[in-house]
Amino acid sequence: MKTIAILSGKGGTGKTTLAASLARLAGEKALADCDVEAPNLHILLQGKLLEKKEYRGAQTALIDEDLCRQCGLCREACRFQAISAGYQVIPFRCEGCGVCSLVCPHGAAHLETVKTGDTYVHETGEGLFSHALLDIGAEGSGKLVTEVRRIIQPYIQTEKLFFIDGSPGIGCVVIASLTGCDAAILVTEPTLSGKSDLLRVLDLAGHFSIPAVVCINRFDVNLKITEEIEAYCWQARVPVLGKIPFDSRVVEGLRNYKTPLEMEGSTAAAAIRGFWENMQKYLQKPPPVSLAFQLENV
Amino acid sequence: MKISVLSGKGGTGKTLVATNLAAAVRPSQYVDLDVEEPNGYHFLKPRLRETVSVGVPVPRLEEGKCTGCGLCAQVCQFNALAAIKNKVLIFPELCHHCGACSLACPEKALQEVQREVGTISIGEERDFMQGELQVGEPVAVPLINELKRRVKENGPVFFDCPPGAACAVVHAVEDTDYCLLVTEPTPFGRHDLAIAVRLMEKLGLPFGVLINKGDGKNGDVHQFCREKGSKILAEIPFSLEIAETYSRGELLVQREKDWLHFFQNLFGKIKEEVGHENHRHPQR
Repeated sequence: MKTIAILSGKGGTGKTTLAASLARLAGEKALADCDVEAPNLHILLQGKLLEKKEYRGAQTALIDEDLCRQCGLCREACRFQAISAGYQVIPFRCEGCGVCSLVCPHGAAHLETVKTGDTYVHETGEGLFSHALLDIGAEGSGKLVTEVRRIIQPYIQTEKLFFIDGSPGIGCVVIASLTGCDAAILVTEPTLSGKSDLLRVLDLAGHFSIPAVVCINRFDVNLKITEEIEAYCWQARVPVLGKIPFDSRVVEGLRNYKTPLEMEGSTAAAAIRGFWENMQKYLQKPPPVSLAFQLENV
Repeated sequence: MKISVLSGKGGTGKTLVATNLAAAVRPSQYVDLDVEEPNGYHFLKPRLRETVSVGVPVPRLEEGKCTGCGLCAQVCQFNALAAIKNKVLIFPELCHHCGACSLACPEKALQEVQREVGTISIGEERDFMQGELQVGEPVAVPLINELKRRVKENGPVFFDCPPGAACAVVHAVEDTDYCLLVTEPTPFGRHDLAIAVRLMEKLGLPFGVLINKGDGKNGDVHQFCREKGSKILAEIPFSLEIAETYSRGELLVQREKDWLHFFQNLFGKIKEEVGHENHRHPQR
């Protein structure tokens, strides 16, 4: 089974819309929504719940007020200003490092594992689908991503592809979505912001030696920047496998919980199908050598 | 007055709103807290005066002192140290910089050294600041904290926040006076707006909503705001012209006077809301 992450760097470029469309187009596949802080893919996929579990992914310090002598050693040692003047742990700030429990001479501080989110596995019309929602302000979103990728594995049978709908950015949540993938689809938009963000996430993919392909969404909003992105990808040997035109039917469809593929006459839908054809050919070739590897061997 | 512009969902228009607010309200500070993917500089085109390296403390072993007791690896909650056969391996990218290992080491064999995670760029007069996380580094928070430490205490400050709703956003919006939630009228926008609102409630921060790419009806979002009693401060209609202007890195307020007035009025409404909030909670 090949695992393919769908990333972008920039938010709002169309990852989830593309992921849902590929869900409809691809054959035997599984899906995961690894945007655990603001998941959206479940909005477009319907299915039967196979499992829902609490995820206990972090620790928080607790101070026993009966044992606490308010000596202040914990507050001094805590690097996250997570202990208030009243010796209460401030949950949003606590990293769960345990330094307070190390320095407390009265044994008043200890660590407790806490729930940080909920995970789900569904059987949808398009296949198996795992996702999660991080508890508001909770720590350890990267770990929850790893969990989302893990929980679907026991249900996998003949699936050939595993699509991971990722989040914007390049930090721990994206890294956890990207590591170990066979390829990454980078969805971008022809804006100065989209382009600079693409370059950073491409850099990240290279850093982890994950081969990447690009899909330029709403490409006709700025043809000049589309050309710049294509030129950059050409010299970086990153294939641009799709260019999707701006199409008002996409949002219209979204408002009715439909992908562009279900919208009659959608020009975006035609381009997405073209992208998928190119992607399938790309996946059939032997694993391409990533740019990072190429530079090493020059 | 510190104003955070956030959204939950990516791509709703945080940077569009934050940069245009900063340009319309002078003097003011703009701070790009989306250190993973900063974009404000495309629009504000600052003259950068200074770039500062930002580091975090990570442990380094003084091998001569290590007895291989393994206490450091035991106390580390993040598996950033492994004690194998009297040797200690350190994984700095897993380190949470808490200092537990060096505290626990009975031989004082662990020193802390600085590891660069990114940079901060500061414009002239400090009216523009941005952070840039080094590609491959996982955690944005140290850069966000460093940026907020350098904010001038007088005048309005606009924080352009990252997407999401977890630790980076929490650190970005903490201790600000007002949060402007930028949403879009789609099921995705509404879903993530609900998440952002729950974050506001949990943090006890006053907030209002701006609907971007509006379609005139904005059914989902209007209904949600009505149910929650959340105030909608303004709406920017969807327009391909705005999208094209944005794509070129141009500010709306520099194209048309109407937009200058729009963003100045928006700031006026925010000030009014902050005034009401201070009236309701004078001890804040």
